[in-house]
Amino acid sequence: MSGKFFWSGNIAIAEGALRAGVKFYAGYPITPSSDLMEYMARELPKRGGVFIQGEDELSSINMVIGASIAGAKAMTATSGPGYSLMQEALGLAVMLEVPLVVVDVTRLGPSTGQATKSGQGDLMQARWGRHGDQYTVVYTASTPEEAYKIAIKTFNISEKLRVPVTFLIDELTAHLWETVRVPEDIEVIERRLTGTRTEFFDSDDPRIAPPMPILGKGLNVLYTSSTHDAYGYRKTQDPETHRRLVKRLKEKVVGNTREIFEYEVEGDPDGGEVGIVAFGSVARVAKETMGILEKEGIKASVLNLLTLWPMNYDLLKKFTENMDIIIVPEMNLGQLVYDIYQVRDRDTVYPYNKIGGGEPIYPRELARFIKEVMKR
Amino acid sequence: MKHPYLRYLRPENVPTVFCPGCGIGIVMKALFQAFDELGYETLERFVFVSGIGCSAWIPSPHILADSVHTLHGRAIPVATGIKLVKPNLNVLVIGGDGDIAGIGGNHLLHAARRNMDLMVIMINNQVYGMTGGQLAPTTPYGMKTTTTPYGNPEEPMDTCDIVASAGANYVARWTVGHYLQLKEAFKKALEKQGFRFVEAVSQCPSRVSSRIGLSPADHIKYYLKNSVDIKKADKLTLEERMVRIIVGEYADRDKPGYIERMRMVVGK
Ligand SMILES: Cc1ncc(C[n+]2csc(CCOP(=O)(O)OP(=O)(O)O)c2C)c(N)n1
Repeated sequence: MSGKFFWSGNIAIAEGALRAGVKFYAGYPITPSSDLMEYMARELPKRGGVFIQGEDELSSINMVIGASIAGAKAMTATSGPGYSLMQEALGLAVMLEVPLVVVDVTRLGPSTGQATKSGQGDLMQARWGRHGDQYTVVYTASTPEEAYKIAIKTFNISEKLRVPVTFLIDELTAHLWETVRVPEDIEVIERRLTGTRTEFFDSDDPRIAPPMPILGKGLNVLYTSSTHDAYGYRKTQDPETHRRLVKRLKEKVVGNTREIFEYEVEGDPDGGEVGIVAFGSVARVAKETMGILEKEGIKASVLNLLTLWPMNYDLLKKFTENMDIIIVPEMNLGQLVYDIYQVRDRDTVYPYNKIGGGEPIYPRELARFIKEVMKR
Repeated sequence: MKHPYLRYLRPENVPTVFCPGCGIGIVMKALFQAFDELGYETLERFVFVSGIGCSAWIPSPHILADSVHTLHGRAIPVATGIKLVKPNLNVLVIGGDGDIAGIGGNHLLHAARRNMDLMVIMINNQVYGMTGGQLAPTTPYGMKTTTTPYGNPEEPMDTCDIVASAGANYVARWTVGHYLQLKEAFKKALEKQGFRFVEAVSQCPSRVSSRIGLSPADHIKYYLKNSVDIKKADKLTLEERMVRIIVGEYADRDKPGYIERMRMVVGK
């Protein structure tokens, strides 16, 4: 399938997932993700997959884990409250090394907050929402077209690294309808499988995920949420086994940052007066703001982050180091900005935060803020 | 001569980790006898799924088959995902009463309602065994546990009654003292489609028997004496229901299972 399609962000994700070969979806209704789920309920059975509505998000994510273990590319979609409920199971998926994709269509918390309105407050939860040391991958998108491509990438990385991946998309982008150009050729990665008794849960090179065992072949696979050795035997006392496992699971993600990382720069990447670092719908606003500033003779560039974890700090450093000031607009009270603080002196980093009512950050408003900051 | 049921066990994990006198050994033997009598030479076409608890350790790492040891309470949804993707495999969930009926109770209810093609074995020791013998939803009225030091004020849940009314194809409860009936229930459940639920009331020598001053053997005798056939259960008063053990078959039906129904509506 290629050509031009008129899709919302949510539909673009669903279509991207189908292109990537998703064969299982389990989910529980929650605005603003339900339309993605309804689309899957209709499409998946027609395209050789299985759809089921779970009794809650706990069951949905755990069904997805089971489906993936059984061999299917599997996903769910939810929003803040549901995403919180899924955290324990995402930790399980990290430990069992089960590939899966969770789409969190972000709305405005805390708690039920302003339920259907857009927000970006889930970034830190997506990175760190689970107990114990654990590393997963987080992507985002600022347009339906990006959402389509990133949806495929979430599956590719998830399958390749045997790791759960979260796709954060803010409500504004999820419900924005736009033309999406679908290319003819696009890389789809299939997971490595094994039908023999090899090391299912260890690898000499931690950056390479071990192949997944096929069920029902007499391999006597042991998947366990407890600390385990290469064949899945529980080792809950031995410190060395735990260190090796948990460090490998970290390295599998962090050691592949370059391959995982997706971003886009608009403007001059090598320096200027203003560097704006943003993600999701706000990145789009930032690009619009660039145009306004340019008319007034101010040279700005935008770093649109499509990967939010693991962070490519080398890239962040390179982008920010030759800018006079850095602006970090977010639809939350400041989460992404902490990454900038890691690579640059705080004195010239200016967060711009707006929450409430799902109101976007308007380009004029951001331009006004930037001009005001430049006078300081 | 090697014991014939050893072929269902991982040799490196025999003897098992369970406490001496635990009822789990009896449940395992009854299940293995059921496999044997049904002619399963290996368990290659089975996937065992469990949550967290002593009972959840039966498959992982003891049974020689594929197994997935998940989170406390979430074995049924994981098993559901596996079954929907690999309908030709037999998917069997084993867990404790806390795991299956307590924290996982909502999944149990809905899997039964869907008549999901799974078999679930719930080992009911009337407490949370692994964590030290706390109150479970199945603890009899008045019983002292570590979190009900004055006695349990709650009415216990009759899990079989709930699962049967939710729509499961097969539901039965026996104590480990009813070895043959338990084995027969396993056989029957293994042969059916849809949701099948077998509850085994089983002594916990470390957290219960010792506390009430019974040897494991005397505890089994106590279960037998305290059991009431389901056909006579109607005559029990509420007070009796809260402390007695009703045994027998709660449901035995042959409705189409979830997978068959799904194929009917999707049209393939
Ligand atoms: C979410 C969560 N809550 C609590 C626990 C602690 N926990 C481990 S086992 C268990 C109860 C076990 O009781 P049961 O399921 O009846 O099994 P048994 O050990 O008696 O066989 C609990 C509460 C946990 N592992 N996860």
